[in-house]
Amino acid sequence: MNRRLVEVENLKKYYPVTAGLLSRHVADVRAVDGVSFNIMEKETLGLVGESGCGKSSLGRAILRLEEPTAGRVLYKGNDITTWGRRQLKELRKEAQMIFQDPQSSLDPKMTIGDSIGEALLIHGIGTEQERLEKVTELLQRVGLEPEHTMRYPHELSGGQKQRVGIARALVVNPKLVVADEPVSALDVSVQAQILNLIMDLQHEFGLAYLFIAHDLAVIGHVSDRIAVMYLGQIIELANRKQLFSHPLHPYTEALLSAVSVPDPHQKRKRTSLPGEVPSPVEPPPGCRFHTRCPKVMEICRQESPVLRPRTGGRLVSCHLYG
Amino acid sequence: MHHNILEIKQLKTYFFTRSGVVKAVDSVNFGIRRGESLCLVGESGCGKTATALSILRLIDSPPGKIIDGEIRYHDEDLLHCSGKRLRQIRGHGIAMIFQDPQSSLNPVFTVGDQIAEQIRMHLKLKRRPTMERTLHLMEQVGIPRARERMKDYPHQFSGGMRQRIMIAAALSCGPEILIADEPTTALDTTIKEQILDIFRDLKQQREMSILFITHDLGTVAGIADRIVVMYGGRIAEVGTVYDIFDQPKHPYTHGLIDCLPDISARSDRLTSIPGMIPSLIDPPDGCIFSPRCPRSMMVCRQKRPKEVIVSKEHLVACHLYS
Repeated sequence: MNRRLVEVENLKKYYPVTAGLLSRHVADVRAVDGVSFNIMEKETLGLVGESGCGKSSLGRAILRLEEPTAGRVLYKGNDITTWGRRQLKELRKEAQMIFQDPQSSLDPKMTIGDSIGEALLIHGIGTEQERLEKVTELLQRVGLEPEHTMRYPHELSGGQKQRVGIARALVVNPKLVVADEPVSALDVSVQAQILNLIMDLQHEFGLAYLFIAHDLAVIGHVSDRIAVMYLGQIIELANRKQLFSHPLHPYTEALLSAVSVPDPHQKRKRTSLPGEVPSPVEPPPGCRFHTRCPKVMEICRQESPVLRPRTGGRLVSCHLYG
Repeated sequence: MHHNILEIKQLKTYFFTRSGVVKAVDSVNFGIRRGESLCLVGESGCGKTATALSILRLIDSPPGKIIDGEIRYHDEDLLHCSGKRLRQIRGHGIAMIFQDPQSSLNPVFTVGDQIAEQIRMHLKLKRRPTMERTLHLMEQVGIPRARERMKDYPHQFSGGMRQRIMIAAALSCGPEILIADEPTTALDTTIKEQILDIFRDLKQQREMSILFITHDLGTVAGIADRIVVMYGGRIAEVGTVYDIFDQPKHPYTHGLIDCLPDISARSDRLTSIPGMIPSLIDPPDGCIFSPRCPRSMMVCRQKRPKEVIVSKEHLVACHLYS
């Protein structure tokens, strides 16, 4: 029975909007607006949603790469939202991140070896020789060659850079890795290689992942449980089988039907969602999805639904379900 | 017998760089028919964008140069016609949408002006009919409140909306052929579906041909009539969408299809194509895919395969079939 590694309680992240000469605070971009969930040890929790839903902000806030506006994050039972710098530094040995764009997350002036080994240096782990050995070993584990330690990022392809990003996250032997769109910038065939690598490493290192993506097909391949986000809130949470075979929330249905099916014979019924995601500065009243929902009812325009449990341990936030 | 309105014959576009000659397009042949949706598929670096840019002579010269081939549009060879004639054809006969709407729209002009500019240049209409036509186009591509939004600037629109504006601008002069380079790649899945719907409607209503360039075979299944698969600057396979998905012949096409994440799949592990995309500088003799090909034979390393007709619409460049 796996323990809870991370507990997120009513987390909020707002970005202030200022206007005028004196930069008055006039409104907030409510990027993450009251989110609660857990991540168990060694599980992959997929976090899916479209651009602007707040998933990246949520991922960063959990690691305190961004300061939460409200709410708590518990790591192994400890409230890390109150931790100071020294404790946070310790957290970085346990919880790491893989970024979306390998190009901009690697320092172009540092060799690959130095980029990967930097964390070991900062935490004072091992002698110089030991660090080099660890880096070389990890490089090979992610499918690169020892000679890559001497190369610079610009000499590598997108897929190779992403492998470096993964090695860098794993060098400190973390327990939790937040992967923020790790394959979105890659070609399909490279994507497959990197996804396989990410999954293999999970077994080997006993990792838990918070896997953030906008592509449900990718999420479906790697996740044990999946949380669907819309405009700063989680609107559904279920295990992979439940979500794919029986989505409850109309937004989840729409996302599912929009997944590219590589089969020209399947003229599937497409739930094409009208309109666009509303602004997170002024989310619609009531249920935030009501402006685009094919099953909207009167209550949806007035009252915000709450994330409620259903049978099978799944959760959904929708008036269709009481 | 199908009649091609655009025919590309033995096209060779090379880039002369300090590191060597990059053979980006290395003898490519295919044709586009009236009213069809032809998808040009391949990973980054396979030469598909270079092929598209060559059609309209938009290759950066230097370092690029179209060194050989013919591009027959009706009865003219676009590679050898006058600059004046080419400018008449661009936009009016053949229009193009580029990969990144962010950088293709001019930030200092309103979107209405940018669409109208095309109309003024090619159709030479007066102000009022130009505005009416602009408005009609914006409505056709689904931009809400078009009359007001004509006066907005590109940065005031979302990615999906900017893509629609690009499409409106490209359609403004009623082209026969629309070349769209990765038009949905940067978009969220539900927005992607909306944009593909626009393309499908356009094809039907206007009998317009679309050359749709993408690396995503999943998208292709929903929109293609025929598919051209490219690898390493060369054609690997050409066929109808059913030929390619039901009976892929080239091992690379097989590989591309196999490595797509499939939400109905049982297995966790994704098939991937081992190795990396080759450098196009001084490619070795023989088939350019052979270093990564699971079925590579001796002859593959020595001779470049010729295109072999497999069935009515289906051809493949592979020694397995000659």
